[in-house]
Amino acid sequence: MTNTLHRYSEHYAFEPVPNPEPIQDDYIVFAMSSRGINDDNLVEKYRAFLRLALKHKPVNIGDATKGGMIRPRQDMNPIAHWKRDDNLDPEQVIAGIDGHTTVAAVFDNYQAMKDFVEELRTTDLGISINISAPIDEAQRCCRESGISRHSVEYSVGFRGRLEKLPDATTLELSTMCGHGMLSANFARKMLEWVKEDRRTPEEAARYMARFCICGVFNIARAERIIKRACNLKS
Amino acid sequence: MKIDPYKCVACGNCVPVCPMGAIHIDPAIGRATVNQDECVECFACYRGMSKEHLNPVMVRTIRRVAKLFRFRFDPEPDICPTDAIVPQELTWPRIVRRAFSDPQVPHESTGIHGRGTAEVKTNDVTNRVKEGEAGFVVEFGRPGVGARFRDIQQVTAALAHLGVEFEKNNPVTSLMTDPSRGLIREEILDEKILSAIVEIKTKLERVPSVLKEIRRLSRQVDTVISIGVSTRCDAEGNDPLREILEREGYPTYRGKTNLGLGRVTFSLSEINEHS
Repeated sequence: MTNTLHRYSEHYAFEPVPNPEPIQDDYIVFAMSSRGINDDNLVEKYRAFLRLALKHKPVNIGDATKGGMIRPRQDMNPIAHWKRDDNLDPEQVIAGIDGHTTVAAVFDNYQAMKDFVEELRTTDLGISINISAPIDEAQRCCRESGISRHSVEYSVGFRGRLEKLPDATTLELSTMCGHGMLSANFARKMLEWVKEDRRTPEEAARYMARFCICGVFNIARAERIIKRACNLKS
Repeated sequence: MKIDPYKCVACGNCVPVCPMGAIHIDPAIGRATVNQDECVECFACYRGMSKEHLNPVMVRTIRRVAKLFRFRFDPEPDICPTDAIVPQELTWPRIVRRAFSDPQVPHESTGIHGRGTAEVKTNDVTNRVKEGEAGFVVEFGRPGVGARFRDIQQVTAALAHLGVEFEKNNPVTSLMTDPSRGLIREEILDEKILSAIVEIKTKLERVPSVLKEIRRLSRQVDTVISIGVSTRCDAEGNDPLREILEREGYPTYRGKTNLGLGRVTFSLSEINEHS
């Protein structure tokens, strides 16, 4: 699955944007084992991966089969409308791993991602590790960490009936859930609610993050996008 | 997916949540309704919304009184107050909708969650894409538009004509009746899904011509297509693909990088036994 490959930014605008802003707050590192090749003790390996990630303060971590640090709940009561539990819970992600999956950690700065990758290299978990990010930043991280890249996959953009797609800001938000679980209409509604001062950018970002089933939604970046779109101070 | 009319209180929270825009409040019955032809069975509404399990009669009464006085209650936008969203039992061919839309359902053909294979994410241990080769990941319906297999077949048939090799373990390939002609099972052609990934492999030198053909075909289908291209790097970590893509005018800003930290931890005999 290419769930983090096609995150929209100005670099993929349908009408070319001169000098698009570099993306400096969205770095995903994920781990994946292969059946019958290196999936021995995989639960321990995945848990070790996420424990290492937590040392570097990720903005989200996730298990592709269970979800991220913030999830929907089946046992809400009406008090939630006034006092919602918005806490991020990394321990539920780690405890929930029970077999084959992909685990991911999302960082909002290069240094944290690089420090994590360096630690992964020395820890040698033996499972496949990938960076999903601007390709030059990933290459720089490899160079600085003494890693020789094995393979690369480029997003070369979107084609076809592009008129069916929403506006750029909505796409920036909705494509942070590559599985498409975060609808463009809901992302747009959250933007409107922040503009109307019905919710804060932090709350809006968390509502959206709950729909991302694999935990790769970048909550910190979403807040920044919403603030920018609503002309609020960062 | 269905909405239980006895439980639904027409709060409208589920309407924007649907990635396909398949839910609306039917004014004739005053309840949310799912357009079954547009619903892709992704379970985003059922699983993504939190649930309160409130009494529907009580909630309707409160809403009616509030509406009378033009009061606006500002509820949490991601909650179904009465647990009214109900999955339905899916049978063939509709069941393929969920297989290609709900990321929590593993494909029988791949054994992994998601709509494709591990691609180059595990290339360091599988060597699926070798030096001098290019892997294409052509995803239909993404982002957030959805696609029907009839459109996908239009492209796979044309790609097959080019003589490309479809990835054998890919879910779409497993639904082809004739991979050499790119033909997909007739009975699923009108099924709508959130997205489906077609994976092919060619020699690197064929990248421009394959991309050109995909571009041409993308203008003929009623959906959007997201394209990824991958390759194996050399011993120094350099890749020849980027230059090819940039020369052809494709963006290469974002991508995935396999760090090569994976290794085979089972012995050859164990791998043979497993397979």
